[in-house]
Amino acid sequence: MKYLAEYRDGSIAQALAAQIRREATRRWVLMEVCGGQTHTIVKQGLDELLGDAVEMIHGPGCPVCVTPLEQIDKALQLASRPGIIFTSFGDMLRVPGSDCDLLQIRARGGAVQIVYSPLDALELAIRNPDRQVVFFAVGFETTAPANAMAVWRAHQLGVKNFSVLVSHVTVPPAMTAILGDPQNRVQGFLAAGHVCTVMGWEEYEPIAARFRVPIIVTGFEPVDILEGIHLAVRQLEAGRHEVENQYVRAVRREGTVPARTLVEQIFQLVDRKWRGIGEIPMSGLALREEFADFDAELRFGLGEIHVAESSECRAGDVLRGQIKPHQCAAFGRTCTPEHPLGAPMVSSEGACAAYYNYGRFRVTQSAGA
Amino acid sequence: MDASVSRNPPAPDVATAAALHDRLACAVRAPAADRVQLGHGSGGKLSAALLRDRFLPHFGNPILEQLGDGAVLPALDGEAVISTDTFVVTPVEFPGGNIGSLAVHGTVNDVAMMGAEPRYLTAGFVIEEGLELELLDRVVSAMAAAAAQAGVTVVTGDTKVVERGKADHLYVNTTGLGIRTGTFRPAPDRARPGDVVLVSGPIGRHGMAIMAAREDLRLDAEIRSDTAPLHTLVRRLREAAGDEVHVLRDPTRGGVASATNEIAAASGVGIALVESEIPVPGPVAAACEILGLDPLYVANEGVLIAIVAEPAAPAALAALRADPQGEQAAIIGRVVADHAGMVVLRTRIGGNRVVDMLSGDQLPRIC
Repeated sequence: MKYLAEYRDGSIAQALAAQIRREATRRWVLMEVCGGQTHTIVKQGLDELLGDAVEMIHGPGCPVCVTPLEQIDKALQLASRPGIIFTSFGDMLRVPGSDCDLLQIRARGGAVQIVYSPLDALELAIRNPDRQVVFFAVGFETTAPANAMAVWRAHQLGVKNFSVLVSHVTVPPAMTAILGDPQNRVQGFLAAGHVCTVMGWEEYEPIAARFRVPIIVTGFEPVDILEGIHLAVRQLEAGRHEVENQYVRAVRREGTVPARTLVEQIFQLVDRKWRGIGEIPMSGLALREEFADFDAELRFGLGEIHVAESSECRAGDVLRGQIKPHQCAAFGRTCTPEHPLGAPMVSSEGACAAYYNYGRFRVTQSAGA
Repeated sequence: MDASVSRNPPAPDVATAAALHDRLACAVRAPAADRVQLGHGSGGKLSAALLRDRFLPHFGNPILEQLGDGAVLPALDGEAVISTDTFVVTPVEFPGGNIGSLAVHGTVNDVAMMGAEPRYLTAGFVIEEGLELELLDRVVSAMAAAAAQAGVTVVTGDTKVVERGKADHLYVNTTGLGIRTGTFRPAPDRARPGDVVLVSGPIGRHGMAIMAAREDLRLDAEIRSDTAPLHTLVRRLREAAGDEVHVLRDPTRGGVASATNEIAAASGVGIALVESEIPVPGPVAAACEILGLDPLYVANEGVLIAIVAEPAAPAALAALRADPQGEQAAIIGRVVADHAGMVVLRTRIGGNRVVDMLSGDQLPRIC
């Protein structure tokens, strides 16, 4: 595939990795923010190519992983109600709530449907006027514009049987929280290319300056990621801490203005709990008051839910980069993709599942060495 | 058949829309004779007519036409190999085939993977009341054509009709009987370190054809299912490499990843695959990118994996490539003594990763 094959070229990737190994005078610790990048790193074995030059910590950028348990439980409640068609992106279906997941709700007769776009969910509502259609609006700034568009369209068309269960989160406050943690080890970031395609990188500039860390806006293919790492290492070696853009084919400093504007029209910033991390101030998006009619929580009178996470699961430490997934005592024993204790084991973008699915060979090998 | 393509009960919107449509269209509904009725499964005159008008003209042969409670086959001239499979694919018709051709290919291929020549087939149908008879005709005629191409005779069958809403159009069960002779007996537990892993053609086409049809993906290049009988390729392999063919497997549901994992587990060996050698058609790769799926886990219905002793591998590869069905056959990896029970893929960029079994269906990713 054109524009993809070039970024998956083995010889370019190996040359870049060799250059990084040559230029690094010490072992640097970088975090890739986005689950898509984690997926590429572990799936392609990029970390093997880096040797001792760079340690990659896998950040909290998997929307499935950080969606709080309370919101999952609310989704399960809605999906169980007769008269509701509950729609969601595919990988939310297997995320464990307190006692089951959406797949099990479907098996028990709940109307749960996978959609590829919130606009498909809206269309479903228009075609089923006697049913309530709820869309599970999760994700980072990447998915926010399409979700905002669905609400905007529903508003314009006066669709009364469509609503959204919102659990949006935003990246910069999470980076600030990680860098502000007294135990923080992260010396530089690969920022999520697709988030920046929407939002641009202006809001990362104060973070880079305040915490004196390089932040590289980076794409998702192997060559993208190695280039991003290379730019970060070069800055660290030179003592610089700037925002740099590796993903020039998709990202501009101001982002995509119409998408940003739409998101700002529909959503407002609120405090948000992140699964495994806890509450981060002003890190979530919620519907503005003008669009409260489309808020599924209000429409269906879902109250506050309080639930406890598994005490064995160390998802928080993994998401904050304190431990690698296989350093958790539950990893691969009581916690597997078949029986996940925490969300990072569920989604293929979650660090734990990525280690389990793609890396078990290496983990056992290095454990035996 | 692929479990990942049989996931849902009929989508609620479709069911509602269909019910609504039926209420509205009642006055002008097509004559009932165009559709299957519950009575067609009653065992009475309608059943007899269905058999006479819809099945026998396509499948007609002396054994079937005995119309007894069972078929009597001539004495067999070798070991009997038997396999059964049930097909519940949605949509029933897809680019490259329909549930009828698939039901033949799926079962004769399972028989062929055991090293047998497929000979006979049984066919059972569960039909939803209201199914268009024209659709049934298309399915049955595709089945008959597929059976003729595969050299198998349909010798007995059964039809049941269930109330509207109790099935999704129609389900088909087939049981295949084949004959195995000589010493050719590939089996999943016969892979040995040093053996070579071959694939007979490009992967991922059936699963992605179904996904694209189901999700109404408008791709520039249509993806057609690869559904096809594999017995000719097996015959060629047998002639070229004989007993040196240790394992044959058709990577249907779960794709190449699951098939190789099952072989690694059964034989107690490791399998090392090379990503850059695995043929994935451009449109399949593109559709997988869009949907966030991995082609290694996508179902095939006309591709086989052969594990062959190293000295015989060049002859086996040449034999596959000499057939139009195997033109793009490739050596995609090796059996190794390391990492027993595990499949490890050498990635394009030179890293290694484990290719594990999936715990369930592949789910499309958010972003």
